[in-house]
Amino acid sequence: MDVISEFFSEYDGLQAFRTTIYLTLLSAVFALLIGTVVAVMRVSPVRVLQILGAAYVNIVRSTPLTLVIVFCNLGLFLQLGLSLANKDSNTFIVDNNFRLAVLGLSVYHASFVAEAIRSGVNTVPLGQAEAARAIGLPFLKTLRYVVLPQAFRGAITPLGNVLIALTKNSTVASVIGVTEASAVMKVMMEDRPDVLFIVFGIFAIGFVILTLPIGILFTSMSKRLAVKR
Amino acid sequence: MSDSGTLTKTGLVALTDVNKHFGELHVLKDINLSLAKGEVVVVIGPSGSGKSTLCRAINRLEPIDSGTITLDGQPLPSEGKALARLRADVGMVFQSFNLFAHKTILQNVTLGPSKVRGQSKSVAEEKARGLLERVGVTAQADKYPAQLSGGQQQRVAIARALAMDPKVMLFDEPTSALDPEMIKEVLDVMVDLARQSMTMIVVTHEMGFARRAANRVVFMADGQIVEEAEPERFFTDPQTKRAQDFLSKILTH
Repeated sequence: MDVISEFFSEYDGLQAFRTTIYLTLLSAVFALLIGTVVAVMRVSPVRVLQILGAAYVNIVRSTPLTLVIVFCNLGLFLQLGLSLANKDSNTFIVDNNFRLAVLGLSVYHASFVAEAIRSGVNTVPLGQAEAARAIGLPFLKTLRYVVLPQAFRGAITPLGNVLIALTKNSTVASVIGVTEASAVMKVMMEDRPDVLFIVFGIFAIGFVILTLPIGILFTSMSKRLAVKR
Repeated sequence: MSDSGTLTKTGLVALTDVNKHFGELHVLKDINLSLAKGEVVVVIGPSGSGKSTLCRAINRLEPIDSGTITLDGQPLPSEGKALARLRADVGMVFQSFNLFAHKTILQNVTLGPSKVRGQSKSVAEEKARGLLERVGVTAQADKYPAQLSGGQQQRVAIARALAMDPKVMLFDEPTSALDPEMIKEVLDVMVDLARQSMTMIVVTHEMGFARRAANRVVFMADGQIVEEAEPERFFTDPQTKRAQDFLSKILTH
């Protein structure tokens, strides 16, 4: 099984999976931030914000991820000149593509995060917000101290689903030249068509190793952190 | 005993010509009601009579369509920070307790004082412990609401409202969701509060409480105030047919 040792030595497969992990984690953080803001807009009493939030979710969620990622590169960078890295750096192209991919993945998955959080908000009984308002908390403090902490706990399972999807969707970054796992897989398959299934297997197992613990972790968290009513 | 007629302009809480609709349904019809400082008013009436809506309108959990509601002479602000400030001065106790499910009993009581009044943690906690002692749930301070009985939860809810030093307390059917043996422990706290001259509006069917603690009973039916009288007179000699019917139904069982 020399192909397996080649995966580690010649192709630096571990580095590729490390890139996948970085892509996933960074995008997850930004998607959570953006998604929380969008969810708050959707549940706010301000009509304009509700419409903007709903528009964000519906437009972004309905756009193929490949299109979003390609747009980040061709549209934002090449056409509009948005660069996210230092142009004089030797690693400019790699850094810029990586960051553009993080941008695209974050914006895309934020729409799913927003909906997961909104479903969490729906698990919080109306009386909780009423009680918060009744002691004089204004809207944002009611959200921050009473509604959102309970909403996140009610949204752990769907948020876990989004993170698993994000881990696998990070492979789309390869279309703008980010050397994550699936990009390396493509190269390996071109070099070694004779052991195609083994190459497939290696990368499939790699992704299972990444996603399985996420599923287990989020399931246990959803039980442990559930709000008792 | 205060004469309600002369208080309309000067009351701590005053409702003037208040109207409210839920779609087609006219739930509050020309409500006029005024409470002097320290007065305890019990609102009684059949379900659907609008008494809960009346209670919730006073801190604007239900906005009204027309009329004015004033607190301490100030009309209720419509939205935003000013409304939040007003609500901080009006304590509210709900039928379903509505304790913050993700916070401990102590945190439930300190949240308002620390995040609305800006009190330091130690000051807020000391006061909260005092209030929990007053309502008799000191031992439960570090538990979560779901671990307490309904009666205990409702007493915590009263402590949470009192922590804001409210000018007036609203009780929206505070004992209706409780098992019979827990009703007394909640009513005892409320009677105690009434004795310490807290201004209170209490929506309830507990006639024992009304007799012991109320200055006045307001009887509502079909969105209107049908009769107002001091408790003893209301229960023994109701003047309107509607009140007589209602009392005969709840007194014969």
